[in-house]
Amino acid sequence: MSEEKKVIIRRLNAAKDLGKFMADYYYELDAASKSGKQKIAWCTSVGPAEILRGMGYLIYFPETHSAMLGSTRMATDLIPKANAMGYSPEICSYLTADIGAFLENVTPLANIFKGIESIPRPDVLVYNTNQCRDVQDWFNWYAKRFNVPVVGIETYRNVPEVTPVHITSISRQMENIVQPLEDVAGRKLDMDEFKNAVALSRECSNLWDKCLAAAAARPSPLTFFDGTTLMGPAVVGRGTQKAIDVYQLLLEELNERVAAGEGAIEDERYRLYWDGMPVWGRLSMHSKLFAGLQANVIASTYCSSWIFSALDAGNPFESMARAYTELFIVRSDAYKEKYIQDKLAFFQCDGIIYHDAKTCPNNTNCRYGMAQRLEKTTGIPSLTIHGDLNDLRLLSDEQTKTNVEAFIEQLEENGKAA
Amino acid sequence: MKTQEGKRLYIGVDVGASRTKAVVMDAHKNLLGREVRPSGTDFGEASRRCLANALHMAGADESHIARTVSTGYGRKNVAYSDDTRTEIGCHAKGCYFYFPKAITIIDIGGQDNKIIKLDEAGRRLGFKMNRKCAAGTGAFLEEMSPRLDIPLEDMDRLARQSEDMVKLGSFCTVFSATEVLQNIRQGRKVADIVKGLFFSVIKRVSEMDSLSENVVMTGGVVAHNPFLVRMMEEIIGRSILVPDYPQLTGAVGAALYAIENSS
Repeated sequence: MSEEKKVIIRRLNAAKDLGKFMADYYYELDAASKSGKQKIAWCTSVGPAEILRGMGYLIYFPETHSAMLGSTRMATDLIPKANAMGYSPEICSYLTADIGAFLENVTPLANIFKGIESIPRPDVLVYNTNQCRDVQDWFNWYAKRFNVPVVGIETYRNVPEVTPVHITSISRQMENIVQPLEDVAGRKLDMDEFKNAVALSRECSNLWDKCLAAAAARPSPLTFFDGTTLMGPAVVGRGTQKAIDVYQLLLEELNERVAAGEGAIEDERYRLYWDGMPVWGRLSMHSKLFAGLQANVIASTYCSSWIFSALDAGNPFESMARAYTELFIVRSDAYKEKYIQDKLAFFQCDGIIYHDAKTCPNNTNCRYGMAQRLEKTTGIPSLTIHGDLNDLRLLSDEQTKTNVEAFIEQLEENGKAA
Repeated sequence: MKTQEGKRLYIGVDVGASRTKAVVMDAHKNLLGREVRPSGTDFGEASRRCLANALHMAGADESHIARTVSTGYGRKNVAYSDDTRTEIGCHAKGCYFYFPKAITIIDIGGQDNKIIKLDEAGRRLGFKMNRKCAAGTGAFLEEMSPRLDIPLEDMDRLARQSEDMVKLGSFCTVFSATEVLQNIRQGRKVADIVKGLFFSVIKRVSEMDSLSENVVMTGGVVAHNPFLVRMMEEIIGRSILVPDYPQLTGAVGAALYAIENSS
């Protein structure tokens, strides 16, 4: 239990390739923003990116920017700027941090990528409320600020089973945004480019799925904390060949690790599942905390949110509608419970960590008794930690640490070690 | 440390946010010495002084120590400790030692509360700590004591005198203080307000989780305010188990871990 013990976490070489991917991605956006030669669309993280690719847009994802504000620990100082103009401290801290950063004219991109001074300017904004309703307010605010159009897709919530009614509605909404997007793009949707983007997204999704599934090996070659940064290309690079290329490298390395029996942490004894958002400003701390207790958080709901197995280039609109409605976050509690239950079995987990993120109810699944129900069904114990994705004022590190240590002690004493 | 022949002692130290507790036990799990001191700002010094006094009470010195386990928020600050365990684990261990059956432990500490559930074999089924809020902890009573201009140690006596308890509605310590001021303005008796504060503490704690048949209450707040136990018994409608030294169960649990892991 000693915290002085040296913690060994083995980094993946492919992380460098993924880092270069992200750098190239932001430099391309920056160049387009400065030159105005290529149109830029802002899109929600699970928005209809493939349609935008079919019209030649470069795509910027504000949610990824907000995650960077969190991981660089800039967010906590910026959130109050948005609070002061009327956004409650209790709503999405991605929204408040991002708008706060905009008001203060700061961005982590400027600190990380030399030569980039600001976020790219949008020509249009496109949201999908499948993640939450907050994105709608967030994008509408920027649309007014930049005086550019905003279009959106309103997704169903609490969906038990995706039916033809859902598919028809969402695919129609997707078809309906084509015209306004063509008007901004100054060109027609190229169906071949669009279908190609859907095919590439599907391939990227398949590879990312395989990368995450590699964590089922004992010991796991991957940690959830690695996954939260490695998933960057699956979010921002959907519909591009480059994202596929980096995930092929990552998958090769993970498979090599599995073949060699090399784990991401030393002496993996406990295998845990993480439900909810990461605490972006504490990724490193949490990673070391668990690894120091010989516990590996090997799988998560969050990182799996960018797997779109329904995408089909032969039927692009309807398959996108299905893929973006099948998502965990859109579904009913009964579906979610079964989903987590299956994941626990597949990854052979000894316990679950629920992150109750104060400002993200949509990504928090332990508020309506699910933790207790799943514990009863599976016999797998759980721990809830209270925190937030971006607002570090909403967490207590000492309480988190004591809770996690006590949970691992509980697993140890009850003989739950792998 | 070397031990003198025939006398191997085991130390449990619980460095809490408010108080540091130390116990001395022998290999047969007899409690030979104990001490409680304010944790202050130097946890290392508080734990050293606690140890010295507990050893003195046990008629022993450091040369008799076979093993020490520390727990509590300051567990990593105890220089002479051989190992650390969390306060959740130690309270569970300590309570099961006194009451070896399926129990729900309610521990009310200076800055945190815990609910811990054990099965009949002493296995931990789960636990909960209070969130980032001091409502229902000793800190709440410490905050209210100067506002009512009464010493902390008089609260238990006053609460027992109440005939018409004041009910406080707020979750928040600061807002509760506003409610208390309002009741003072309205001329409510101090004893009735104090009982209301006690009720607020046990309400907050009992709302954290469901309780099983056998309930154990521990912690410094319980040790110094036994009327809280009686009030909780009235709420749940059955007797509550309280160990001899409710403030020491964490330290006792740590000492028991020291005994278990000494071989």
